[in-house]
Amino acid sequence: MNPKHPEDRHPMLDQLAQLWRNKTAVAGLFIITAFVLCGIFAPYLSPHDPIEVALYEQLKPPAWDDEGSTENLLGTDDLGRDILSRIIYGARVSLLVAVVSVGLAFCFGTIIGSVSGYYKGRLDDIVMRGIDIILSFPYILLAIVVVAYLGPSLQNAMFAIAITYVPRFARIVRASVLEECEKDYVMAARAIGARNLRIIFLAILPNCMGPLIVQTTLSFASAILDAAALSFLGLGAQPPTPEWGADIARSRALILRASWVMTFPGLAILGAVLGFNLLGDGLRDALDPRLRD
Amino acid sequence: MASYIIRRILILFPTLLGVSVIIFFMLHITPGDPAELLLGERASEEALHELREHLGLNKPFYIQYGMFIKRLATLDLGETIWTRQSVWIEIKQRFPATIELSVAALMISCTLGMIFGIISATKQYSIFDYLSMLGALAGVSMPIFWLGLVFMLIFAVNLGWLPISGRLSVGVDLEVVTNFYILDAILTQNWEAFRDAVWHLIMPAFTLSTIPTAIVARMTRSAMLEVLRQDYIKTAKAKGLSQFKVIFKHALRNALIPVVTTIGLQFGVLLGGAILTETIFAWPGVGKWMYDAVMQRDYMVIQNGTMFIAGLFVIINLGVDVLYAVINPRISVK
Repeated sequence: MNPKHPEDRHPMLDQLAQLWRNKTAVAGLFIITAFVLCGIFAPYLSPHDPIEVALYEQLKPPAWDDEGSTENLLGTDDLGRDILSRIIYGARVSLLVAVVSVGLAFCFGTIIGSVSGYYKGRLDDIVMRGIDIILSFPYILLAIVVVAYLGPSLQNAMFAIAITYVPRFARIVRASVLEECEKDYVMAARAIGARNLRIIFLAILPNCMGPLIVQTTLSFASAILDAAALSFLGLGAQPPTPEWGADIARSRALILRASWVMTFPGLAILGAVLGFNLLGDGLRDALDPRLRD
Repeated sequence: MASYIIRRILILFPTLLGVSVIIFFMLHITPGDPAELLLGERASEEALHELREHLGLNKPFYIQYGMFIKRLATLDLGETIWTRQSVWIEIKQRFPATIELSVAALMISCTLGMIFGIISATKQYSIFDYLSMLGALAGVSMPIFWLGLVFMLIFAVNLGWLPISGRLSVGVDLEVVTNFYILDAILTQNWEAFRDAVWHLIMPAFTLSTIPTAIVARMTRSAMLEVLRQDYIKTAKAKGLSQFKVIFKHALRNALIPVVTTIGLQFGVLLGGAILTETIFAWPGVGKWMYDAVMQRDYMVIQNGTMFIAGLFVIINLGVDVLYAVINPRISVK
């Protein structure tokens, strides 16, 4: 179909075009794509087994060092494991954590926020008070406490991050739903007798997607960062899982002898988080002019 | 205004109560017997019994919660499980270290963040603007636990300019008055200790300030851009005022409102970041203490320490809200 009038084009096409013109967003998209490809094709891309211990290959420096070799491009750690392979497999772990925890937070936050904003009244008051209470725990502390009680594991870390991220989704959805509820199309839907749930999920929510998509992208960034921090503290991924934060924690003891063990996982975290933040900023400009800063 | 402040203070109580409910039930939702969780699997039957008696774990839920609240209300935070130290005394010793670190980090963030934000806004789309905003984006994306180690590697290990960790060098004597070492050094006029304490503070403070600096810079830039578009700025320029006067007397003052709120909201980031920063630099503050408690599974410290930090955070946020209402009276009407 080739629309004759520019007005007939789907507004999403305009937004995509705008996104494509946004250099930061495109840069972010490229970085994310690279990491996603690394995660998916990790077994084909990585030159070595990430958890295979090779004691004769301990602490080999990167290839560009005089003592390094092309066998291990980024060197090896204290157990002789190939750092490049661990970083490639680490992308898999970090992206999985981000998708699962943000996905959970997205689902619960959206349901809570939309129901709360749609029905208003008592229910809304109680829900929002509860959200405020979760927000009274500073930043990563709640996640640390949750994992401390449930026991350290990657699964519990994902769960803990999901809990701490529910409020931000609930708040954004609630604000959008409150605004949309005043509009004519909602009244029209009510007038033809549509059920409440149908109105919420099929009429209102699709119109609130802009800020939600932005928030999801930015949450991917912070979830990767928080998961790495939890793993760094020993509360997330357990050895021998190749995880960037956990690998940095291991490398602390080697700081005097082998700085490369510490350097590359950190750059990987920075790169992945930066990618999602770049895309998130670009999306914000394209989708949600109100949030533009 | 007064009614707004009173209303906000009244909301404080249900919020704190909610926080206490979450913290209380977290220990009881976890699978297994709390007493066993607290003492470990190999604890003797008598020890378990004694602890259940001591904490009232054999009583109904609501009575246990009542006891928990009663203890909190009388500021009795219990004892640590392993060292049998009073939690309250531990907090009193460690909290000044965290405050010292956080205040230093906040001062760095405000100064650097606002300088970068103002210059970026006044020179929008210049190379400086692009670079500093890219830097700010990298700042919010930074794993600070890694950055701290990189600083350590560069400035302590390779260059040897700064001490690698801790709060004070071994062998430096300091008479402790308030537990704020820098303040103590000034009070006792111990300049050697003062220099040493500041030297130790630099790396952890810069590490902790990374994310807030980036956030403040971005916020200052956008607030300044917003204000610089206003008509009264055009008027001020048309009157022939100098660039300096327009920016600092007319624009900055109005741009400050959202910036101050942002700065206030950074306390949460700082308290959370303190756990990571203090762990890396062996800084004896509340964050490292909480981390050690998690590692040793000292649930009394986790429970009461979390309550203390969350309570403090709620009160700080209230303070920020009230301050915000004072600067911007429109808020209190809403």
